[in-house]
Amino acid sequence: MKKSTIINLIFVLAIGIALHLLRKAGFINGYYDHILTKICMFIIAAVSLNLINGICGQFSLGHAGFMAVGAYIAAIFTKNPGLIIPEAIAGMPRFFVALIIGGLMAAFVGFLVGLPTLRLRGDYLAITTLGFGEIIRVLLLNWKFVGGASGYFGIKPYANFLSVYVLAVITVFIIQNFITSSYGRACIAIREDEMAAETMGIHTTKYKIIAFVLAAFFAGIAGGIYAHLMQAIMPRDFSFLVSVDILLMVVLGGLGSTSGSIMAAIFLTLVTESLRRFQSLRVIIYSLMLIFIMIFRPQGLLGGQELSVSMLKEKIKLLFGRIKPEKGYASTNGTE
Amino acid sequence: MTLGQQILQQLINGIALGSVYALIALGYTMVYGIIRLINFAHGEVFMIGAFVGYFAITLFKFSFIPALIFAMLFCSLLGIIMERLAYKPLREAPRIAALMTAVGLSIFFQNLMVYLKWVGASPKAFPRVIEITRYEIMENVYLTSDKILTLGVALALMLALQYVVHKTKMGRAMRAVSQDKDAAQLMGINVDTTISFTFALGSALAAAGGILYAVSYGKIIYNMGTMPGLKAFVSAVLGGIGSIPGAVAGGMLLGIVENAVSAAGMSMLRDAVAFAILILILLIKPTGLLGKNTREKV
Repeated sequence: MKKSTIINLIFVLAIGIALHLLRKAGFINGYYDHILTKICMFIIAAVSLNLINGICGQFSLGHAGFMAVGAYIAAIFTKNPGLIIPEAIAGMPRFFVALIIGGLMAAFVGFLVGLPTLRLRGDYLAITTLGFGEIIRVLLLNWKFVGGASGYFGIKPYANFLSVYVLAVITVFIIQNFITSSYGRACIAIREDEMAAETMGIHTTKYKIIAFVLAAFFAGIAGGIYAHLMQAIMPRDFSFLVSVDILLMVVLGGLGSTSGSIMAAIFLTLVTESLRRFQSLRVIIYSLMLIFIMIFRPQGLLGGQELSVSMLKEKIKLLFGRIKPEKGYASTNGTE
Repeated sequence: MTLGQQILQQLINGIALGSVYALIALGYTMVYGIIRLINFAHGEVFMIGAFVGYFAITLFKFSFIPALIFAMLFCSLLGIIMERLAYKPLREAPRIAALMTAVGLSIFFQNLMVYLKWVGASPKAFPRVIEITRYEIMENVYLTSDKILTLGVALALMLALQYVVHKTKMGRAMRAVSQDKDAAQLMGINVDTTISFTFALGSALAAAGGILYAVSYGKIIYNMGTMPGLKAFVSAVLGGIGSIPGAVAGGMLLGIVENAVSAAGMSMLRDAVAFAILILILLIKPTGLLGKNTREKV
């Protein structure tokens, strides 16, 4: 492991422990605890969407659909003891197993959706995933076993802050490792110029599908968390607007920047919670934000750079003028 | 009712619905042909067209044809403004940026309509512009007057479009820009004007489609553009995106298939069918039925 990775991990653990202690000491009440958990869930969703839209340069609009698959599948497994998973596994372990099954199911669906569309060059993925999200919603509305339009109730609240925080850290760790691996570099090459990448011997379809399926998996996990956080899920919880909320997180943070997605997920979840009373006005503001960011600052807040402890250290050192600016500390990806 | 009569009846219903899809698909295909952008906000132009028609009829007491023309003019203006403000700055940007802007616009228009006091989130009854009469053209096969109106208007507009694209100077410019933007510019064609004109043309057709849709369904709502918009895109891909006759053929075909599925008692799957078709066509013949197979050059 690189030294900077270790520093970042320690930093992240410190935040987690600090927040956990604050909760235990009673400084964070139930409502804020709920929001903190939700933030972690959106971090998982945004970081995984960033993998498709930011790193791979493909445009997916179906994240809410994958979340729906993960949410319903995971909820079915935790609500029905003895279904496939042996009954001996109960409580939290069952929750994690159910999450993984939900994620795998979402990944499988992602594979089915991605296979015909990612073969092609062009923007077919956008429209197919958009249609897919709608179809999932319609199917759930008509599925009596999970309550149809009235929703699926009585899901146990397994998703507490600590477990979801750990899941978010693991997700970011895996996706960040994927991005810096040869797979990730292939994806970035595809984003920059698909034809050139293909000429260089990159199997573009393969890498696009791998990235897409991985992202769908984590979207499924995020959905499962959502189900066990809200304790009741309805098909309309996974409407197109949810996909757009996550998309805005990715865009605001900067396409291709994992840390940007994380910060935007935190920021936008807080804004959404505080504007809950003005639903349609909030969506108008969000859509305008999406348009204006794309026109005036398409690189987003971080502009494809990564924020890390070591980078902050450099910035602070720069501020006090002790060292000369060093180029290229944001290593993984320049969007330009 | 024999099977043959039923098939004929569903064929008529399918073509009427399909002609609406075709009108929207034309806008998609023309815009895609000229700037390679899926204009996600096109379904919203369709919706706004229906609402403008509604207000023209109820508030300004227009009759059907003037209301139709008013909505078409309004939406072509909207199309031009949309292109100038949102898409033009992004013409050289990565494609994904323009696509996201299009999605943003689509959500913006929908929620703006919800937010506007005199539109709101609840559906509105579209005024009856034509007396519904049923003509029995064969034994047990009926043609209603609203279907005749839909087909008549759609057909007239398609013929007008054909004239504009193939016989006028602007149409020639459109075809030139869609083939090669830089070369067209070198030949003295004003590319910006041509692109704006394409948006205007497509938006006008979408507005007409919106009104025709509203006439046959009888009600309008802020999110009525989403599904027809998506299906029109599928029609455009089915016919071969970028091809004008393809969009018409694709729209008609999709309308017929959809009606056949509902008639077979699977109306729940109606919406899913369009996407099944999309996936199939992408698997088998991504260039569509009438699309040309162009080789990409570096």
